[in-house]
Amino acid sequence: MTRITIGHLYPEHLNIYADRGNIAALERRCAWRGIGFEAIAIGPGDVLPDADLYYLGGGQDRDQLLIADDIARHAEPLRAAVDDGAGVLAVCGGYQLLGHYYRGHQGDEMRGIGLVDLVTEAGSRRMIGNIMLDCRLDGAAPQRLVGFENHAGRTFLGEGVQPLGQVVHGHGNNGEDGAEGVQQGSVIGTYVHGPLLPKNPWLSDWLIGRALERQGQDQQLTPLDDGLELEAQRVAAAIAAR
Amino acid sequence: MLFEAKVGLARVTAVTSRTTGRGGGTTLPGRLLLRLQADALQRLGERLPKGAAVVSATNGKTTTAKMAASILSPPLRLCRNAAGANLASGVASAMLRGEDADLGLFEVDEAALPAVAEALAPRALVLGNLFRDQLDRYGELELIAAGWRGLAAALGPATTLVSNADDPLVASIGRDRERHTWFGLDDPAAALPEMQHASDSKWCVRCGARYAYTAVYLGHLGDWRCPSCGDGRPRPSVTAREIQIDGLDAVGFRLCTPAGDVAVRLPLPGVYNVYNALAAAALALELGAGLEQVRAGLERFSAAFGRFERIDLGSGEAVLLLVKNPAGGNEVIRTLAVDEAPKRMLIALNDRIADGRDVSWIWDVDFERLAPQIGSVICCGTRAAEMAMRLKYAGVALDRIEVRTDMDEALDRLAAAAGSSYLLATYTAMLDLRGRLEQRGLVLPFWQEAA
Repeated sequence: MTRITIGHLYPEHLNIYADRGNIAALERRCAWRGIGFEAIAIGPGDVLPDADLYYLGGGQDRDQLLIADDIARHAEPLRAAVDDGAGVLAVCGGYQLLGHYYRGHQGDEMRGIGLVDLVTEAGSRRMIGNIMLDCRLDGAAPQRLVGFENHAGRTFLGEGVQPLGQVVHGHGNNGEDGAEGVQQGSVIGTYVHGPLLPKNPWLSDWLIGRALERQGQDQQLTPLDDGLELEAQRVAAAIAAR
Repeated sequence: MLFEAKVGLARVTAVTSRTTGRGGGTTLPGRLLLRLQADALQRLGERLPKGAAVVSATNGKTTTAKMAASILSPPLRLCRNAAGANLASGVASAMLRGEDADLGLFEVDEAALPAVAEALAPRALVLGNLFRDQLDRYGELELIAAGWRGLAAALGPATTLVSNADDPLVASIGRDRERHTWFGLDDPAAALPEMQHASDSKWCVRCGARYAYTAVYLGHLGDWRCPSCGDGRPRPSVTAREIQIDGLDAVGFRLCTPAGDVAVRLPLPGVYNVYNALAAAALALELGAGLEQVRAGLERFSAAFGRFERIDLGSGEAVLLLVKNPAGGNEVIRTLAVDEAPKRMLIALNDRIADGRDVSWIWDVDFERLAPQIGSVICCGTRAAEMAMRLKYAGVALDRIEVRTDMDEALDRLAAAAGSSYLLATYTAMLDLRGRLEQRGLVLPFWQEAA
């Protein structure tokens, strides 16, 4: 049986905004199609296992500091895995960790893994609220992406780096340039939680598709009954528009 | 204007609010008075002959305060914010109403606690628990804890803290204070087999190492210690042993206190309510109640509105349960699991400000555990479809799920079939549902119910 593997980084530290909902969305949508699914928890001190997709959630500031040193060990292995076709999904705090650094109010810097050319600086006000994006991912039709954002960090992408989408309603990366998140091949970072994947089934399927491709399975995914998912998305979009 | 005149003016708005029928005057009079007189809380508090007692926690504030009231009154005359208006304005409104009270007994919102408790300088302050809750409104848990630490340092020596020893984050607050009563469970047989997914505060507040538990009772509450720095649970002086779950009707336990031990039968289910009872008992003992008075008060307790409130729908009994964050939701699910029979349910999810606009928390509630018990479920509220989708991913078959955003329609559908049912609702959804049930003549308005 075809089977995809998710490497879940620090699930016990980085889980503040219901990150397990993202894992559940991937797991269920594979199961409903008869695709095998395995999630491997990666804790402090663990060696990075081989996986088709790595997941990095968000944590409370305090919990995030506890793993900040440990994650530096994975910078090189993760880069190698991505070069080998693995995907990365990083949400909220995890998104910030993808970049070069997070600079606090006092100029103190928490290093990221530098997988993507982006930096984050502490802002003066939190950006909180429902958010909606217009996304045009490689090889996918234009899509609406909905969720909730809650972050004080203002993220800036490097020259030529593509965002995940354009903000239709909400704040996005920094509240200024209209961009939200990042997409670099199969690496995706975003502030959108809610959680991200259940209400945006197209993104779940895009990630599953990429994971299957890495397995050499270039198949069309069986369509699922997404009635509830799309209704939840429609409601979230209407609320974001208020 | 003299303070007395301002008080009189504020009282007039209470009458107006009640006669117009919205809200019962639980917030507006106090808000007006605080605008006219910034130190009104302190001034009103000073008029209470026996002072004030304050209860705060993420979960269980309303129930704990009502339990303490059931113990203390009579003989004491209390003034309380029983309808859940638990910001400074609600506490001030309660004092405006309770002119002839001996003692003020108030539940206070976690974020509002530092300012309110400093103004009131209560005789006793219950710190019940801290769980992740409405992150868009409260921010991270550590932020609330920092506020409470500041409060513990600012309060004078006359205030006794009454704290949950089983919560390591709460136990890190005011540890050095002299007058500090600790309560906790002492019954390893009632422990959970493992920590729940959404557990908070897993890492030592002092050194960051993972806490070790000899028993986990609820979320991250238990008999904890840090193997790295040696910090550990303060020894509780008020404890519960020999916990006996009696279906969904009651829970029995042995209440052990410095004043002696007594068997208690609490007419409310759930381990979380044992914690609420312990907090209420420890508070009442601190305020001078006797052990027999504590037992009798707990045994005659009836549920607070929307907290395991039993309502006759005509077609059958409905139990209304407030669910507002992962820890509370998990405890409700754990309690309902005592009865394994398939249940008819209604789940009402709103995303208004008082609920938290961010509904992602429902993914941290273990609905997977509830799924096998769901015979049928109607999802309603502003995020009805989101709730239905959550249940789908928890393993509930689609043909058992019905989406009815409108609450009246949802209640009609529920009442159309005979039999008992369970209604889980977020805060404003619970008030909405009660409002509809009130119009149908099935419940009293919440501010009357609470009085």
